[in-house]
Amino acid sequence: MTADLLVGQGVTCRNVIKDYGTGDARVRALRGVDVEVLPGELTLLVGPSGCGKTTLISILAGTLEPTSGEVTVLGRELTRLSKREKGAFRAQNVGFVFQQFNLLPALTAAENVAVPLVINGSTKAAAVAQASEMLHSMGLGDKVNTLPSQLSGGQQQRVAIARALVHKPRLLVCDEPTSAIDARTGHAIMTLIREVALQPDRVTVVVTHDQRVFEFADRIVTLEDGRVAGDESVEARFEQSQSS
Amino acid sequence: MTWIALKMLTGDRGKYFAIVFGITFASLLITEQSGIFCGVMLRTTSQIRDIEGVDVWVMNPNVRYFDDLKAISDDDLYRVRGVSGVDWAVSLYRGSGQAQLSNGNYQSLILIGIDDSTLAGAPKTMLVGKLGDLQNADSIIVDEAGFHQMWPDEPLNTGKVIEMNDCRAVVVGVYRASQTWMTMPVVYTRFSQAVFLVPAVRRLMPFVLAKCKAGRPVDDVAHRIQAQTGLQALSKQGFMNLTMMYYLKHTGIPINIGTTVLLGFFVGCAIAGQTFYLFTVENLKQFGTLKAMGMSDRRLVGMILTQALLVGGIGYGLGVGLATIYGIIAQRSMPLLAFFLPWQVVAGTGIAVLFISLISSILSIRRVLVLEPAIVFQGGA
Repeated sequence: MTADLLVGQGVTCRNVIKDYGTGDARVRALRGVDVEVLPGELTLLVGPSGCGKTTLISILAGTLEPTSGEVTVLGRELTRLSKREKGAFRAQNVGFVFQQFNLLPALTAAENVAVPLVINGSTKAAAVAQASEMLHSMGLGDKVNTLPSQLSGGQQQRVAIARALVHKPRLLVCDEPTSAIDARTGHAIMTLIREVALQPDRVTVVVTHDQRVFEFADRIVTLEDGRVAGDESVEARFEQSQSS
Repeated sequence: MTWIALKMLTGDRGKYFAIVFGITFASLLITEQSGIFCGVMLRTTSQIRDIEGVDVWVMNPNVRYFDDLKAISDDDLYRVRGVSGVDWAVSLYRGSGQAQLSNGNYQSLILIGIDDSTLAGAPKTMLVGKLGDLQNADSIIVDEAGFHQMWPDEPLNTGKVIEMNDCRAVVVGVYRASQTWMTMPVVYTRFSQAVFLVPAVRRLMPFVLAKCKAGRPVDDVAHRIQAQTGLQALSKQGFMNLTMMYYLKHTGIPINIGTTVLLGFFVGCAIAGQTFYLFTVENLKQFGTLKAMGMSDRRLVGMILTQALLVGGIGYGLGVGLATIYGIIAQRSMPLLAFFLPWQVVAGTGIAVLFISLISSILSIRRVLVLEPAIVFQGGA
């Protein structure tokens, strides 16, 4: 499949600008970003702190409005959707994995995983049953009724990944998924995310500054000072390093 | 979504109990102070309530409350008796006087003179002595609190002698009375004797008490009396309402106790509102996560309202329950405490607590509605 054929199913940003604040206090976080993320591969969004990674991923996920530019996700132009439509779009199509897991502390692992299903209209009983199956398939069958506070960091992140995938979203957005866990667990988590990312219908974007996870990427987009400083496939990178 | 809202709320026990405590405190304060207010108001009518077995009170048209004594003509008694629907009517004297006790001390007291032959309007519950003994010469009966006031540290008994207006009066009984608004003893005697126990005046009769014929509506008979005699005729409840309204309008009681009730309301609003708001602020990341995952604003508002109404309901129940227990215990151990809890106070407190819960949730709802779901991503730019 060529990149052109896949554009409608992936994520495309055209000249995206994002300003925070107004007047003298205005800060430009993104300065005309053009990015394409294709399905069936793992795309990393990397760069130093303050380069605009989090802003860009927030816009791609439909949780933040760009100041200008076009953002097309899975064939839908996000900037043309109302707030309510955007919420419904996220509920059906986007899965989130957060740096700090963001599990609801009062809910058990299964209940946490069930939340996206409930948001999409499932009953609690059906959602928890489906969530429990998901946790079993991810090797967390014995943690179904455990509260997040009783889980290790790695287990919490796996529960968070289960929550992100349980409603079968086509866009998976991961924000620093390995930064709050040790290297070994981070490796296991990235293996799991890569496995998910390689599914042909799925678009996966991972924001990270952890160089140890670069090996899992198919494509690496580098941001610097609110602009795309580099956008290359890992193959091209490898060839480049070989030739130099 | 209700289950998520409730689990979020009760998951943090410390904050959950703090919010419930705030609303319980407000509910308790509002109920307790309103109960005391109602108790005080009710006491203004205690002498009306203690005169039992009559349907209609007839009095001067300008009377505004029970102690507002304006004598009417003796002829008015016969005019009332002549009204259709009146079974019987008797005169009632109500005045105040000075009694000299055997130890030489003086005591102000309230004197009530009831019909000589029927003793209609006399209290029903005698603690010592017999009501019929009032028919004896120079006899009086005294209320329990009044007896202890005049003869402290002595057990209730008969045979005590007082002197009023140079006339001798003998205590032939002690009756149980409702707590009065004033602290003076309330003494009952026959009408014919009452006239000797107070200094002579031209007119002595402030009230006529009437009983309706069986099956005749009290209000209907009262209207007939009013129309035919030109006097003011009220049912027992009507006269109690008139008296209470006077005290409400012309005394500082409503403003004094009302201030405390209002304070309870504001303190409750402040404690519950602030704690609930802080609870929401501290859980903003959780709300943000739900928002990012696509939960609609309507459902988030529903979750917050569910949480607010739950803590409101629990706090209300605890507050009213504690106020009731307080009332029962306090009335047993402190008979002077006025406390009465009608359903209107319970309902009013419920409305106040509902208002507190809604005010608390409005601030939280506003905060969640303006929340950008992007908050869930760490860092900023």
